[in-house]
Amino acid sequence: MNTLILRTVAPFLTALMLLFSVFVLLRGHNEPGGGFIGGLIAASALAIYGIAFGVPSVRRAIRFHPMAIAGFGLLLATLSGLVSILSGVPFMTGLWVYPVVFEVEVPLSTVMSFDIGVYLVVVGAITSIALALEQDEDPGTEREG
Amino acid sequence: MAANAPALTFLALFLPLVAAVFAPFVTRLLGDRAAFVLALAPALAFLHFCTFLPEIAAGEVVTGGYAWAPSFNLSFSWFLDGLSLTFALLITGIGTLIVVYSGGYMKGHEGQGRFLSFMLAFMGAMLGLVVSDSFLMLFVYWELTSITSFLLIGFDHEREAARRAALQALVVTGGGGLCLLAGLVFLWNITGVTQLSLLVHLGDGLRQSPFYLATLLLVLGGAFTKSAQFPFHFWLPNAMEAPTPVSAYLHSATMVKAGVYLLMRLNPVMGHTPAWEILLPFFGGITLIAGSFLAVRQTDLKLMLAYTTMASLGLLTMLTGFGSAHAVEAAVLYLVAHSLFKGALFMVAGTVDHEAGTRDLTRLGGLRAAMPVTFGVALLAALSMGGLPLFFGFLAKEEIYAALAAGNPRAVFFTGLAVIGNALMFAAAFAIALKPFLGPRVETPKHAHEGPVTLWLGPAVLSVLGLLAALFSGTAHRYVSSPMASAITDQKIVIDISTVPHLGLPLLLSLVTVLLGALAFWRLDGLRAFMARALESLGPGPDRGFDHFVSGLVRFSAAVTRLVQPGRLEIYITATFILLAVTLLVPPFAFGELPVMPAWPERILVQEAAFFLIAVVGLVAVLRARDRLTAIVSLGIQGFAVAVIFLLFGAPDLSFTQFMVETLSVVILALVMTRLRLSPRDHRPLGQKLFDGTIATACGLGFTLLLLKSTEAPFDTLLTDFFNTYSKTVAHGANVVNVIIVDFRGTDTLGEIAVVMVTGLAVLALIRVRAGRRAGSGEGQ
Repeated sequence: MNTLILRTVAPFLTALMLLFSVFVLLRGHNEPGGGFIGGLIAASALAIYGIAFGVPSVRRAIRFHPMAIAGFGLLLATLSGLVSILSGVPFMTGLWVYPVVFEVEVPLSTVMSFDIGVYLVVVGAITSIALALEQDEDPGTEREG
Repeated sequence: MAANAPALTFLALFLPLVAAVFAPFVTRLLGDRAAFVLALAPALAFLHFCTFLPEIAAGEVVTGGYAWAPSFNLSFSWFLDGLSLTFALLITGIGTLIVVYSGGYMKGHEGQGRFLSFMLAFMGAMLGLVVSDSFLMLFVYWELTSITSFLLIGFDHEREAARRAALQALVVTGGGGLCLLAGLVFLWNITGVTQLSLLVHLGDGLRQSPFYLATLLLVLGGAFTKSAQFPFHFWLPNAMEAPTPVSAYLHSATMVKAGVYLLMRLNPVMGHTPAWEILLPFFGGITLIAGSFLAVRQTDLKLMLAYTTMASLGLLTMLTGFGSAHAVEAAVLYLVAHSLFKGALFMVAGTVDHEAGTRDLTRLGGLRAAMPVTFGVALLAALSMGGLPLFFGFLAKEEIYAALAAGNPRAVFFTGLAVIGNALMFAAAFAIALKPFLGPRVETPKHAHEGPVTLWLGPAVLSVLGLLAALFSGTAHRYVSSPMASAITDQKIVIDISTVPHLGLPLLLSLVTVLLGALAFWRLDGLRAFMARALESLGPGPDRGFDHFVSGLVRFSAAVTRLVQPGRLEIYITATFILLAVTLLVPPFAFGELPVMPAWPERILVQEAAFFLIAVVGLVAVLRARDRLTAIVSLGIQGFAVAVIFLLFGAPDLSFTQFMVETLSVVILALVMTRLRLSPRDHRPLGQKLFDGTIATACGLGFTLLLLKSTEAPFDTLLTDFFNTYSKTVAHGANVVNVIIVDFRGTDTLGEIAVVMVTGLAVLALIRVRAGRRAGSGEGQ
């Protein structure tokens, strides 16, 4: 889809949506949001970018293969669950720390890193499907090795 | 016993399996000498089990094990009494000799490491089988022996016959294993215990259960297939495709006795009923006669031995089922004697084959000068098999006749069978032990000379043991036969038969047997020709039937696959949704559980009505769309409207997700559609559209009814209250939905994201396959 409007707007839209997806992910614990929704928003953002500029641009922009991102997410989620075993409590028990940064208490937890893992799996898996489908749509673009 | 005895027994049980893992590496490192090192594993296990002999002889029972899932009564637990100890000693003792023998037999073979590994793995499985206390453990080991036997029979996997024989053995014994599993489940349900050691005292209840006969038939299904009883005997001769050490070990000394073991084990619990005392002797008797007649028909040494093994297994089954303690004693003696002489004779047959290049009786002769040691060993084993005095086989035969000759017509009948069977086995034994060695020298494919020590050590030890056990029968009975017979009958039994012949009926029957056997041996060629003619007139046997069965099964499964997997997406989708509609609609109508139509709400907010209308408009647009792209986008309208409705009714998370899923589905559907290069319009004929529309409407109606019905019941707030109360305090989160996803049910989510990832990979793979195919065809243009 080679329209001037989309090409002009797409970078801003994508950047905004990605930012928003992280926002949704992080606020998820207390207000509507979370890893699944955030991941879906990020995947849509990348799909829009792909529609505007073609698949190779997206692949360059995200540097890693989307499946690698998903794999990393799954690893992160699993490790977040395993941390609790090392502390002697059952698998997947949430552990919290409250470091104070610039006089603000920042709650961090294995639950959060688990949710980030969910986010990454969703982004990675959906993006790789979308990119693979988009790629073939446009025979002019290079095919990945 | 020392405190660490359970750990040691555990180790002994796993030693062969550990050795199996390392066998290929050891063989690569040490070459042909590897067998000596690997033989240490069963040898050590043998020594360990020997330490139990005094305790078991004193009438005690050794148990041990580790709990696995105590709430289900599942454990890894073993149980050693006279029966399992004797088997354990036979398995590890003969196993040690067999490993050494295999080293010589497979010398220079490139697959030696693999062979030894399979052999040791089988040994571990068989050892586990006979010491198992827990039903589950028994079954798992039972199946393991079938699988390792499959690997060993098919060892020479480049030959068609070996592959067929392996598969046949696996199908027959594996099918029997499933019967056994069902039988064990029955036993568990009737008695409520899952351990053999606890079963012993529950025999009365079991025998009176209405399910006794079904249980018995299932257990017999397992035992008869494993122990090659008629009509499941055909896999055993075919299994002779395996290298000879396998035949000697699995298909004569150990694995095929697993069925007999099971029958002996269950004798105190399931025996002494008319069904048991009819079925076992009947099928055992047929197997004995069929096996012994088929044996004298063969000219191949291994096949003769295979059929006599079948006959011996029949004899054992017959004796176990005969019903008297005396018969059990005979079975015990015969089992031990058979393992010794048959293992030895098989190894002798292998040595002859190895050195002379053939094992066909008609092409062998006069090897006595070339292979004196082998000849001597063969003769010793044949004397025991023929049941001549001074050998353990003689004790067994005396005991058999003493047990069977009870005077009533049933006893007379089975005595007759035993005499005929034994006489023919006598003839076969001496045909194997004498024909290749005596007479004029016959030219053989290889220039025969005495095999290396590894090849004659095993059979020599076994056949000499057959002599020693009879000469020192007191010791043998005290430590082996009597405890084993006591375990099988569940009463104290002291066996005291010795090599000194007692005048009486048994001795007379023995004499008749020997005379008949000698006659058969003398007239062997005539007998063979007669049997060949007789079999020809009988027509094809169960072996051919097996082939028909398998090809029929393949045709049947192919037909079923074509029916349910036609490979067209429309058919799968149609079938799925029809089933869905049926599942949703039939129960409410069938059970009169239709929901009550809810009252029309008094006040509908403008925005609710508006979004409802938008959803309807979206649906109408889908139906009226001219091309597919419009239809997909219109479907999105409907999805967004539903998402807003979720929002209005207080489910922000759900609505949020619905928005994103809708967006992505529209994008992905549009992309998929362009990739599939479908025609832009829907070309279904009207009839098809009506049919599909009906299914869709039915599904929609079904879901409506389901939702109405489920909101009808008063809402149970237990979970809501729980999560509302604890979400903030325990999991530090105010958004209950997300807290459930990432914390309360985090393990579920972990599974789900794994599924998401795997789905992504699968989709990628599917796209690549298509893209690759297209790229391939594109190059040609």
